[in-house]
Amino acid sequence: MAEGFTAAVELRELSRRCGNVAANAGINLRVEPGTIHGVIGENGAGKSTAMKILYGVMQPDSGDIFIDGKKCVWTSPTDAIAMGVGMVHQHFMLAGPYSALDNILLGAEPRRWGMIDRKRARARLEALASQYGLPVDWDRPIEELPVGIQQRIEILKLLYREARILILDEPTAVLTPQETNDLFCNLKKLRSEGKTILLITHKLREVMAFTDRVTVFRAGKVTGEVQTAQTTPQELASLMVGRKVVLNINVSPASPRPEPAIEIAGLSLAGEGAGSRHSLSNVSLRVNRGEIVGIAGVEGNGQSELLQAMLHPRDARCRTSGTVQFLNEDVTAWEALKIRDLGVAVIPQDRQHEGLLLERPVSESFLLGLQRNPAFSRWGLLNSGNWQAAATRAMKEYDVRPGDLTMPAGRLSGGNQQKLIVAREFQRQPRVLIAAQPTRGVDVGAIEFIHERIVRARDEGAGVLLVSFELDEILALSDRILVMYEGRIVAEFNRGGVSERELGLKMAGS
Amino acid sequence: MRKILQPILAVVLGLTLGLGVTWIAGESPWHVLRILGRGAFGSSYDFGMTLFYATPLIFTGLSVAVAFHAGLFNIGAEGQLTLGALAAAAVGALWPGLPAPLAPVLAGVAAIVAGTCWGAIPGWLRARRGSHEVINTIMLNFVAAGLASYVALYLLKNPDSQNPETRPMGAGYLIHQFGFFGGAPVSAALPLAVGTAFLIWMLLWKTALGFEIRAVGQSESAARVAGIDTGKIRILAMAIAGGLAGLVGIGEVLGNAGKFRLGFSPDYGFLGIAVALLGRNQPLGVVAAALLFGALHKGTADLDMETEHVTRELSLVLQALIILSVSAEGLWSWMKKRGQT
Repeated sequence: MAEGFTAAVELRELSRRCGNVAANAGINLRVEPGTIHGVIGENGAGKSTAMKILYGVMQPDSGDIFIDGKKCVWTSPTDAIAMGVGMVHQHFMLAGPYSALDNILLGAEPRRWGMIDRKRARARLEALASQYGLPVDWDRPIEELPVGIQQRIEILKLLYREARILILDEPTAVLTPQETNDLFCNLKKLRSEGKTILLITHKLREVMAFTDRVTVFRAGKVTGEVQTAQTTPQELASLMVGRKVVLNINVSPASPRPEPAIEIAGLSLAGEGAGSRHSLSNVSLRVNRGEIVGIAGVEGNGQSELLQAMLHPRDARCRTSGTVQFLNEDVTAWEALKIRDLGVAVIPQDRQHEGLLLERPVSESFLLGLQRNPAFSRWGLLNSGNWQAAATRAMKEYDVRPGDLTMPAGRLSGGNQQKLIVAREFQRQPRVLIAAQPTRGVDVGAIEFIHERIVRARDEGAGVLLVSFELDEILALSDRILVMYEGRIVAEFNRGGVSERELGLKMAGS
Repeated sequence: MRKILQPILAVVLGLTLGLGVTWIAGESPWHVLRILGRGAFGSSYDFGMTLFYATPLIFTGLSVAVAFHAGLFNIGAEGQLTLGALAAAAVGALWPGLPAPLAPVLAGVAAIVAGTCWGAIPGWLRARRGSHEVINTIMLNFVAAGLASYVALYLLKNPDSQNPETRPMGAGYLIHQFGFFGGAPVSAALPLAVGTAFLIWMLLWKTALGFEIRAVGQSESAARVAGIDTGKIRILAMAIAGGLAGLVGIGEVLGNAGKFRLGFSPDYGFLGIAVALLGRNQPLGVVAAALLFGALHKGTADLDMETEHVTRELSLVLQALIILSVSAEGLWSWMKKRGQT
């Protein structure tokens, strides 16, 4: 569209410093009304900061925001929503035990004689839901609804507040492929009703398929704004990273050895409370050395419980029955540290809470779990020289930037945090690698790096168990694919033996 | 640099506010400050008393700090030190005839063991039963106080005294008192406290166990994924905290009274929380903060006698104001951090 049209959203020379870092340095962004506009960039590129400024939780140091051509200055999200700008967060902001209706009303309750006028609200919401084709069960507690519906409620929340500009932050991270399709159908409908949508994502495929225009962020600046129809994923990836990137690494066929790396038999975990379904029921699987076995599934179908049970089989809260073997050793009764010492490396699902000491220097996160390794301590005394030297070497080898060992780990970008964890875990010379969501929320450059390392570990003889909610990742890396649904393994495929659609259906339990 | 400067500023602010209160009460702040300084440092006896009060505060401050590094809040130092002192005195009362090198070592070990056990109980309850250590340590303080009363009043009562105390221990138990403090009971417990602070520093920053303790305190989930037995570490940290508080018994029983006197502690255990807070949970900081609180304790005791309008309670007001300004400083940097993100 030509200049001169009034943009729905315009950011002009927006700058904001966070500490010593220029999170945004002169951002210019123009979004035409009634379009789906993609915003992409690596973690730490400044797209979240720009969006936070746009919906009012952060204030810019300099620069202006224009909504429908009007200059806006706001000090809170309340101001932003009053101007019609709303955000759906990656982690939903919902009150679990409340009904869908109450969640939507929360903070904007229509009152009558001091009471909440649910009747009026309901009528309005039902009209909205049918106008946009977003049916919802209004009275169920929200925690009982599937994630896809929860997200729908978040969107309705914004529509109820008369938002015209919707910002969606990584909306598909927790959805099944089918739910993702539904979401984008709904977004298209919203667009045809005149809403403007900003889609923050790192999935190039979604950008290519569903957006009209794309703005690319890198290092606090905008490096490109292109018409989606006139670009390619390759070009976008290069704009994001600043160099040429291999999007799909070539995974050579595996040459598995017949030695088992992981053998799990009949693993079960009873659910909490009487009568609830099992979190894990009778899971059995085998991973040989030299192969990657991927576990596909929608988040919350027993994947985390499976990993916990493998790493803490002794703990009654993690395992009620079944056996766990690593490298032909029955470790069911072992302590966690002893299991790890067999050469079991773990890339945990939630890197911030399970992988790092966020407030402590990088060097301490590097040592975590290795503190009893003879290279780093003797008679219980830490060998600081060895430890710091190994950490420095690893930061270089695994390209963790900046390589400052004294910086708190929480200040690293997501990709560098993940590389730090990979660096640490690979110090063990892993013979077993358990990788859970190894590239979640990580930029394309780091994804490429981490995938390469995982494949290299496999080729050096490690048995790899990969848990991922990203179909692309599962399909690209796995030599065999297992599908988990409601705590059970419901299907098994060989590399190339399954289509994406079929896999998606299995993940949804059909 | 800022890490050292900020607590000092907080102390100055607290002291200024405290002097403001005395001024409102009708005393000249300058006069009060002079008495405070003279009371704490004016003579070798005064300084000795300052050190005498500081010694138990080093132990309890370290106790709270170690627990804090493991992510636990030890409010039970008071009970742990009561049982430590009681155990040391009990050994002395039961075997008064033991000779010198053996006797104090045995009594000292008893103090440590008693404190360790009393600390390990809430640690175990937290790690294995999930009940919160704050509540359990507070309750165990009452249990310890009751137990101590029973032992001092019935089992080991001193027949020659009207006071609630145990039978005196034999002469072989008493440890060295330094002569140059004009009679103030500064004993070998002081160098023991400083040495202990150094050992705790080594433990926390130079050993694998200390790293594990700090890792559990920083992020229990990350420590658990890394294979650390977080429950075991929590029990251990609380046991060490208890043992440190138990060490208070050595200074009081072996270095001062020669027996267990009910109510000997002017809340050393609770002051230890303030000491750890002001010392930022660093052993060296704890030693410095303990000296400051020791000086305040001694100085304000003199204020009571030498001024008309200021009473002993002002000591608590002063200490409270310092604690408040220290925590306000924490609040301030927290708000600053929030403003940035």
